[in-house]
Amino acid sequence: MSTRTASQPPETTPPPIGAVRARSPKNRPGKVDPGRATWTLRRGGVALRVDRRAVLVCAVLTVVVAALGVVTLGSGSISLTPVQVLSALLDPDADPRARLVVVTWRLPRLLFAVVCGAALAISGALFQSLTKNPLGSPDVIGFASGSYAGASVVMLLLGTANYLAVASGSLIGGALTALLVYLLAYRGGLRPFRLIIVGIAVGAFLGSLTSMLLLSVSPQQAMLAATWGAGSLSGLGFEQLRATAVVFAVLLVGAALVVRPLVHLEMGDDAAVALGVRAQRARLTATVVGVALTALVTAAAGPIAFIALAAPQIAQRLTRSSTTLRIVPAALAGAAVLVGADFIAQRIDLPVGVVTVCVGGAYLAWLLARQYAGRRR
Amino acid sequence: MTTAPPTGDLTAGAERAEPGPRDDAGPARRHRHRLLILLTATALLLVVAVLSVMIGARAIAPGTVWDALFHFDDSDEHVMVRELRVPRTVIGLVTGAALGLSGALIQAFTRNPLADPGILGVNAGASLAVTFAVAVLGYTAAGQFIWFALGGAFGLTVLVYALGSIGADRGTPVKLTLAGVAFTAVCGGFTSAMALKSTTTFDVMRFWGVGSIGGRSLDILPVALPLIGAGLLLGLLSAGSLNALALGDDIARSLGTRLAVTRVAVILAVTLLAGTAVAIAGPISFVGLMVPHIVRWFVGPDQRWILPVTVIVAPAFLLVADIIGRVVLPSGELRVGLVTALVGAPVLVALVRRRKVSTL
Repeated sequence: MSTRTASQPPETTPPPIGAVRARSPKNRPGKVDPGRATWTLRRGGVALRVDRRAVLVCAVLTVVVAALGVVTLGSGSISLTPVQVLSALLDPDADPRARLVVVTWRLPRLLFAVVCGAALAISGALFQSLTKNPLGSPDVIGFASGSYAGASVVMLLLGTANYLAVASGSLIGGALTALLVYLLAYRGGLRPFRLIIVGIAVGAFLGSLTSMLLLSVSPQQAMLAATWGAGSLSGLGFEQLRATAVVFAVLLVGAALVVRPLVHLEMGDDAAVALGVRAQRARLTATVVGVALTALVTAAAGPIAFIALAAPQIAQRLTRSSTTLRIVPAALAGAAVLVGADFIAQRIDLPVGVVTVCVGGAYLAWLLARQYAGRRR
Repeated sequence: MTTAPPTGDLTAGAERAEPGPRDDAGPARRHRHRLLILLTATALLLVVAVLSVMIGARAIAPGTVWDALFHFDDSDEHVMVRELRVPRTVIGLVTGAALGLSGALIQAFTRNPLADPGILGVNAGASLAVTFAVAVLGYTAAGQFIWFALGGAFGLTVLVYALGSIGADRGTPVKLTLAGVAFTAVCGGFTSAMALKSTTTFDVMRFWGVGSIGGRSLDILPVALPLIGAGLLLGLLSAGSLNALALGDDIARSLGTRLAVTRVAVILAVTLLAGTAVAIAGPISFVGLMVPHIVRWFVGPDQRWILPVTVIVAPAFLLVADIIGRVVLPSGELRVGLVTALVGAPVLVALVRRRKVSTL
């Protein structure tokens, strides 16, 4: 069960057996053909082969994020041209009013969108690889349902909408749930299938409890909780951003370290172990990093849905990679989707999570349609 | 270097499916074992159905139930049995069977343990249409939602199938799953956008969004029964082809399975079953997801057994959840859509820990 079968375009017809391939400069004897266009970077004794398409996709995505960012920074009740935005960002001597609007008011929210989008996307990529399932996401381990339940308890039973209280409620709820799922699924090792089933069960249980709570309070209160539950980036400032960014950087290192063992594990445990991968340790690390990334976002902005699910799939299709676990393209795709969604969310005054699913879902549908139609390659 | 644990737990991704309920048993004994399970499940369903008529805010004795059905007089208890309890039980039986079979079919078809009938967009389509009816057209009574739900469920499934069947290999499970994910998300986004813009809409939707089989009238049955009946027939007839599909598309084709026909049949059956169920009762999660897993662990991987046994077990589970929902609160009742997960989740966790579980 993996997306690989779906994502790989049909193989071109193989050369007839015994045919001698032309000796082009790209196909010299003794040279390994990776099957994809690559660039090789050499410096001293170190060489690095990078996938040409992946690099181009990443560059384009970066440009998209930057462009969307400039547009977002320039629009609102006071609208600014892109030139004004750029000068306000880069030139300390620019119009102080423009600097106030762009840097102090709008920039934190934009940066939050970038960090949260990237964090969710990486978390999703880790979990889809971990569970070998395109539907795998951090929700599998119950973090989202746990944090929604925790935040609902704080908002509806304790009756406070204080930012810190709700954030800690969601974190505690999410962490306890993830721990519970892990412990219940662990029996002399962690099997993906058992993890999925336990995650479904615990998630559904908590979802029911949350619904019970939502049905028992006034519509206004329930709506407040539901708005938080959709995930929103409004009201976030530089204070929250600094802590979030530091934690994100640390987790990014963790994610980068666990990528290689996880890619090997996608080939099956036996093959991976034969290659020297410590299967259980790699899975535990990936789970912890993935959950921590989700927790980071949830604490700041609430459970923003769908990016974890869609961004790795989008990145995989853009880079035509054989695995969803390419964290840089995935992170950039996640950031692009969230920045774009937040731009729309600010215009129509809805929580960003509501827009995320529409934008991300529509884009994913379009990508799938193009891929299925086979026009790509 | 890693030392392999002695239990062979490292075969995680490729856990071996259990060949049958008892490896050592001969075919005849295995057959008897499964037959026993089928009979037990049927007996259980009958008992639960009777209990469902008897138990509630006011307990009614079995004798009175009998009289109400066959020697009706106008006493309060007889009216209660005829007007409330029996319709509720019948609705529970119909939706339970539909939800269970649609779940079993979609899991067997996609070979994905996370797949539930909602994956093809049935629930999302129904929710979107009902929210539209409330927010834009101003309907508020649950009885008026049925046609919107039905239309939305079918409409979105058609879209999902249309996207999933673009290209050469039409409608493979992975393509359909991803298409379903994408469209479900878009619909879910529009649904919450409409709901979060108005308190009235939100209030109606938070109740409709948790399924219930109480307070439904049997007037829906003349429409619902043919749809669900067709779905049941189509689904049960696909069992053999699904067995072949479990071996992979290539082997299935070489065994003589017509892949395209099977796919269309299964998707049509799932849509008919789950779409009608959501129209009758609102979204009830977890039944379609959980019951097929549990049934498979008991009867083995043969779909010709999984599908019928699920049709029996799922309504029994739904009715048990409904009965618990009626009596658990000191006053009032819990909607069955909440209770299914509260009751079922612990059972599922206990089973998945205890049994040598098989993947799909």
